[in-house]
Amino acid sequence: MNRTFAHLKKEGRCGLVAYVTCGDPGVDATVEIVLALAEAGADAVELGIPFSDPIADGPVIQAASWRALERGTTIDDVFAVARRVRAKSDVALIAFSYLNPIMRYEVDRFAANAAAAGIDSLLVTDLPPESAAGARQALKSRGLGIVFLLAPTSSDARVRLVDRSSDGFIYYVSTTGVTGARRDLDAKLVTRLEAIRGQVSKPLAVGFGISKREHYEALEDKCEAVVVGSAIVRAIADGEPSGAAERAAAVVRGILGRG
Amino acid sequence: MILPNRSGFFGDFGGKFVPETLMAPLDELERAYRVARKDRAFGRELDLLLKNFVGRPTPLTEVKRFGELCGGVSLFLKREDLNHTGAHKINNALGQALLAKRMGKARIIAETGAGQHGVATATACALLGLECVVYMGEVDMARQELNVFRMRLMGAEVVPVASGSRTLKDAINEAIRDWVTNVGTTHYIIGSVLGPHPYPMIVRDFQAVIGREALAQLRRETGREPDVAVACIGGGSNAIGLFYEMLKRSSIRLIGVEAGGRGPGLGDHAARFEGGALGVLHGTRSMVLQDAHGQIAETHSVSAGLDYPSIGPEHAYYQGTKRIEYHSCDDALALEAFHRLSETEGIIPALESAHAIGWLMRNGETLGTGSLVVANLSGRGDKDVPQVAVMEGREP
Repeated sequence: MNRTFAHLKKEGRCGLVAYVTCGDPGVDATVEIVLALAEAGADAVELGIPFSDPIADGPVIQAASWRALERGTTIDDVFAVARRVRAKSDVALIAFSYLNPIMRYEVDRFAANAAAAGIDSLLVTDLPPESAAGARQALKSRGLGIVFLLAPTSSDARVRLVDRSSDGFIYYVSTTGVTGARRDLDAKLVTRLEAIRGQVSKPLAVGFGISKREHYEALEDKCEAVVVGSAIVRAIADGEPSGAAERAAAVVRGILGRG
Repeated sequence: MILPNRSGFFGDFGGKFVPETLMAPLDELERAYRVARKDRAFGRELDLLLKNFVGRPTPLTEVKRFGELCGGVSLFLKREDLNHTGAHKINNALGQALLAKRMGKARIIAETGAGQHGVATATACALLGLECVVYMGEVDMARQELNVFRMRLMGAEVVPVASGSRTLKDAINEAIRDWVTNVGTTHYIIGSVLGPHPYPMIVRDFQAVIGREALAQLRRETGREPDVAVACIGGGSNAIGLFYEMLKRSSIRLIGVEAGGRGPGLGDHAARFEGGALGVLHGTRSMVLQDAHGQIAETHSVSAGLDYPSIGPEHAYYQGTKRIEYHSCDDALALEAFHRLSETEGIIPALESAHAIGWLMRNGETLGTGSLVVANLSGRGDKDVPQVAVMEGREP
């Protein structure tokens, strides 16, 4: 993760982190999609582990998770995706999950198998840093990092806590709400980012609602990366499975202005 | 020892497992609640409403004929069914609505399963002039049509939830998504001792009035404390409400009854202590019905209010310490109790409460003839009459 952001700094550009729900429309398809996203310019890819009760997600990712679970996608399938991607690409890989599946898998075993699969870091939506000491230690012992989030509601004390705890970068949630593409960015986002910039030492990746070129242009001087999720997941679902990788890649190229 | 601890844990259970957006608002809620709890004016306002609006204290009724069907125990029912709106849920809904008003939140959201918490919240909001939105699974809306109509009568918006199993669990998912979006203006009134800290503590404190009253009433009526207290458990708010004041009186046996549904297979019941594993759902660590991959299981119970895959963290803690015993009662036994109590005592229990008294019918004789037993009749069964009629092939 650190290498990815050091590289972005050297190149002087704002990076792009892409999210996919693994197993939608299938495990083989996810491998192709992730490789296509990296090829299109994504600097890191979040591998979404589907969960039955995704409380932080809007309708697009809820539906994708549901489809992936209907196909029986498991954490081991997500690791298989990572291994197959890693054989062909050194794009940074972040496992993206809710806490319960990881508890059930057991966090030590998760850390060992994630590391073996070539995953770099883990982000758990419903695990705040104050409850993450055990997980962080288990991941660290396998050379993996853990990413925490900040939100518009975070207090100054929480900003300091997250800055201390998050490895590689901080995921900044652009607006109060669930994931999902939005027409416009939150009107106060740029002001908030300018304020938070002065309070944290780590790179900021801004996500939730980012889906088009104008969003990227508005943010590229304000943060180190943007995260694009629902727009990609929707493009994947929107057509024949055989064209999913190309449709996902087109979203990334469009946002980066390489279309 | 004071539970929960400062981080919101009851031993290994509880805590605050939510998206970052909700962390600071939960701190704010806890601060506001701790200040309110110490504020006499807040306590007086709530007590007055409980007395003059809700109708507290609720009676304690001795049920001799039904007690005969339960192995001859001396059985008293704590009549939460006689609260305004027909269940114990109003105790918490009013308390939290007053708290929300104090915090300057003009919009209230809630989830509901059987509809009783939704009705209680809609009632409190109508009384206090707050906007009210209730999330309810489509399956529950169909089996509890009357409560949907009651909520709408009182000006609440009822939002159907079509995701997942379309029951209580999914309604909570949607309520949390609403809260994360509108947290600046909105207070989420959770209906049971569930969710992230400080909710399990707040809901417990507002429900503890049940046990305080019951102990005082029993002392007046019988001159002593009960040998056994029994309550049904979905999330566990009526049970902790009855038990909380009794926890430190070690001679009282405390028995919680989960929904045994139609059988022991995953998906056929809501008995978390019989088929669940440690997990995190809806912001709290507790026992959760789930599959081998950590996906939350669907549940089944004849009673919508018990149809939930997790259980309040304080219950998980007391199951571990063995201070509270947990058993289950299946659909068929609950339905039998629903009929027997109606026939022998002229009291139609909610299907939820019927699980507690169903367990007593089956197991009362093991408690010893003449044992003094108090059971929480958490709600009235009027809402369930159409459903039972349909299930039994009769026109409602």
